[in-house]
Amino acid sequence: MRIHIKGGRLIDPGSGVDAPRDVYVAAGKIVAIGEAPNGYTANRVIDATGLVVCPGLVDLAARLREPGFEYMATLESEMEAAVAGGVTSLACPPDTDPPLDEPGLVAMLKFRAKNLNRAHVYPVGALTQGLKGGRLTEMAELVDAGCVAFSQADAPLADHQVLVSALQYAATFGFPVWLRPQDAALARGGVAHDGEVATRLGLAAIPVCAETIALAAILILARHTGARVHLARLSSAEGVAMVRQAKQHGLPVTCDIGVHHAHLTEMDIGYFDPNSHLVPPLRSQRDRDALRAALADGTVDAICSDHTPVDEDVKQLPFAQAEPGATALELLLPLTLKWAEEAKAPLALALAKVTSGPARVLGADAGHLTPGHPADICVFDAERYWKVEAGSLKSQGKNTPFLGLELKGKARYTLVEGQVVYEAK
Amino acid sequence: MWLNPSNPQLNRAGELHHLLTLEGLPAEILRQILDTAKSFVGAKVKKVPLLRGRAVFNLFFEPSTRTRTTFEIAAKRLSADVINLAIATSSQTKGESLLDTVDNLSAMHADMFVVRHSESGAPHFIARHVAPDIHVINAGDGRHAHPTQGLLDMYTIRHYKKEFSGLRVAIVGDILHSRVARSQIHALTTLGCPEIRVIAPKTLLPAHVEQLGVHVHHDMRQGLKDVDVVMMLRLQSERMQGALLPSAEEFYKYYGLTEQKLAAAKPDAIVLHPGPMNRGVEIDSSVADGRQSVILPQVTFGIAIRMAVMSILAGTKAK
Amino acid sequence: MPGNPLPDAEQLLKALIEQMRPAVGPETGLIGIHTGGVWVAERLHQALALRVPLATLDVSFYRDDYESRGLRRDVKRSEIPFEVEGRDLILVDDVLYTGRTIRAALNEVFDYGRPGRVQLAALVDRGGRQLPIAAQFLGATVQLKSGQSIELERDAAGRLRLVLREGGK
Repeated sequence: MRIHIKGGRLIDPGSGVDAPRDVYVAAGKIVAIGEAPNGYTANRVIDATGLVVCPGLVDLAARLREPGFEYMATLESEMEAAVAGGVTSLACPPDTDPPLDEPGLVAMLKFRAKNLNRAHVYPVGALTQGLKGGRLTEMAELVDAGCVAFSQADAPLADHQVLVSALQYAATFGFPVWLRPQDAALARGGVAHDGEVATRLGLAAIPVCAETIALAAILILARHTGARVHLARLSSAEGVAMVRQAKQHGLPVTCDIGVHHAHLTEMDIGYFDPNSHLVPPLRSQRDRDALRAALADGTVDAICSDHTPVDEDVKQLPFAQAEPGATALELLLPLTLKWAEEAKAPLALALAKVTSGPARVLGADAGHLTPGHPADICVFDAERYWKVEAGSLKSQGKNTPFLGLELKGKARYTLVEGQVVYEAK
Repeated sequence: MWLNPSNPQLNRAGELHHLLTLEGLPAEILRQILDTAKSFVGAKVKKVPLLRGRAVFNLFFEPSTRTRTTFEIAAKRLSADVINLAIATSSQTKGESLLDTVDNLSAMHADMFVVRHSESGAPHFIARHVAPDIHVINAGDGRHAHPTQGLLDMYTIRHYKKEFSGLRVAIVGDILHSRVARSQIHALTTLGCPEIRVIAPKTLLPAHVEQLGVHVHHDMRQGLKDVDVVMMLRLQSERMQGALLPSAEEFYKYYGLTEQKLAAAKPDAIVLHPGPMNRGVEIDSSVADGRQSVILPQVTFGIAIRMAVMSILAGTKAK
Repeated sequence: MPGNPLPDAEQLLKALIEQMRPAVGPETGLIGIHTGGVWVAERLHQALALRVPLATLDVSFYRDDYESRGLRRDVKRSEIPFEVEGRDLILVDDVLYTGRTIRAALNEVFDYGRPGRVQLAALVDRGGRQLPIAAQFLGATVQLKSGQSIELERDAAGRLRLVLREGGK
């Protein structure tokens, strides 16, 4: 299928292009940008007038809920949600049921995903067996089956000794390790940021030092072992400051934040709204502002959705009992654009955080528009307002703190390997 | 859903529809409750027909004989029918969900739910999901709020001290885990108390507690100096297990209310305690039973306050 | 006030006192109904030099319009400082209208005990009764147009005055 994307504003953060350019697709790849190749005739012309044409979004954390949590969501529904959100590549965390600690499970997931012909799925393998934090998984086997990195999701490691071993083992093969810094003991029982709101509402709290102490250990051990470490879902001002300093000292770490943390704070808990119960918790305004500054100055490499669709039954409960997490694949794009608008940052800088930045962390051939490479493309309307409600979300999870609100920015066409896998009505 | 999006406790006419927390309630409403309670205190006729034909359901997810009994007495004195439901909760048991429980009970023509729950925010959750004409009263939720206790403490203070405007009040003990303390602080602030002190070791104080508008003291003698009202909090034995305190003995030595420590306060200072008391841990028997203690009157006022709350709530419409 | 058709409350009070004088005795219990009824009862109690102390009643918890109108804002405590059982009582209210306030007052009084006899003294009867209630001692009858109501006011010196309100209850 030869597709000509015509008249759009091309933004390719990786190459620095932000200009009106046409894109020509054939046989699943981009064959040219700007001028049509000789003898090219399109089967289909997509009119991208007034729209932005960018690389398909790359999301470093999206829970697809298979295997094991099919009552919350299925591969089918969440992959629809992904491409409806302009996401063409996504990494899924290992906290499925059973966790992704067996090559057979990983292979099955990849097989199922591929057959659905939607976004590319990059499984992240469990760092320890059963995610129990004790014994290492067969990392090399898991990579053979298709894992791109290893993580504990939100489960703790038994102690620092396991962390050292895991990093050393991964470093042996050069496998990346993605870790969310949280000290289990300091965070135990906590459901909200240790600040003014938790004090007023009487919610058990997670102090910032739960993140920074774990972060300190990870940074020291990353240097000590030489492992490739990616820090997932930073949430605090002190946390990003530590990463900034580590980067300045030449440590090759990368980090991401969840898209909600670029916008919301502890105040958004309001009257105990369970939709604002997230992991890590929404912190103070000062923390949020520091995360935004870290996006702008490059300390934070990527914004991810941390997509976590959750069943009504386990979400509609008193705050502390509610299952944490929010559905977010379809909100990644508009919320990233919202940050750019509020921070008065160039669109290309914002889009880099969801394309070239995460692609680099993933180590995948994604997040860029280059002739000769797969045509994973997002064509979106940056000005289109839409209401976040159950009916407008393709994800089975309707749990979002933005429920009922209007957001700006929606994908119009999403192409994966040159095929239109999503087209807005 | 909320009747009034800017305040989940009020209807659109600004009248009290639920009592979930004292935070965010205007002074006028707090005073209305105190004034209405006054007409029940010392009344010769104990029972009035106001709530005849109405059903009050006590939903106690956290056991409590004392509080449940006072609510039951209050409802019966208003001639309401009272149904007591002791609902054991365990996050492990996947029985009927909280929402389903609430829906089923709503269908039984309840007018009012009195809810006690171990999770902060549970009464808010229930209020959000009940039919619009059902009123919810929070009888204590996690660490968040115990509004009727806060109100009866305010009634007690007003009874003995007349005005809030010149008072120094000290709250002593485990503020971190106390829903009573939070409700007291909100009420005192709203009613115009100019100086509220909290006295506790650092491990028993929540983060940013000063932002609630209180002065923090770690030294009890300093903290009690010239206060008019001393509000003691109960210390639960679990706190020793949680590595927050070494022992009840050390706590008593530095934070227990003895006659000696009380002497730092004004000679006519009153001593309150929400009960039940741990004699010899947070308070000495000689103080609890002494001339400055108003702990027993608090109980009488508690019934009147709950009658007042129910009277006001049952009369407001879901508009 | 130009064209004020209402009678002078102080004159009515004098009339009421004279009507009641032969009817009261050393054991008579006078009960004023908050708020206007209490003002009238205080004046009656003093003028008639009654021996038994004055009682005051707040009928808020006995009203039949609680379902529709909720609880009144300024509820006061009822005080009956004498034994009701077997006693002759006179309820006192300022304006007699539907009769429902008196019904509530009767219910409340009976919760205190079984009186010997209960009579009613009212400053003004504006008609419009919805229950079979009548005043044994009455200052005056007044005719009002629809939408009008009367209220009793008391000034700083304690003088009583009736005022007309448009858009009444």
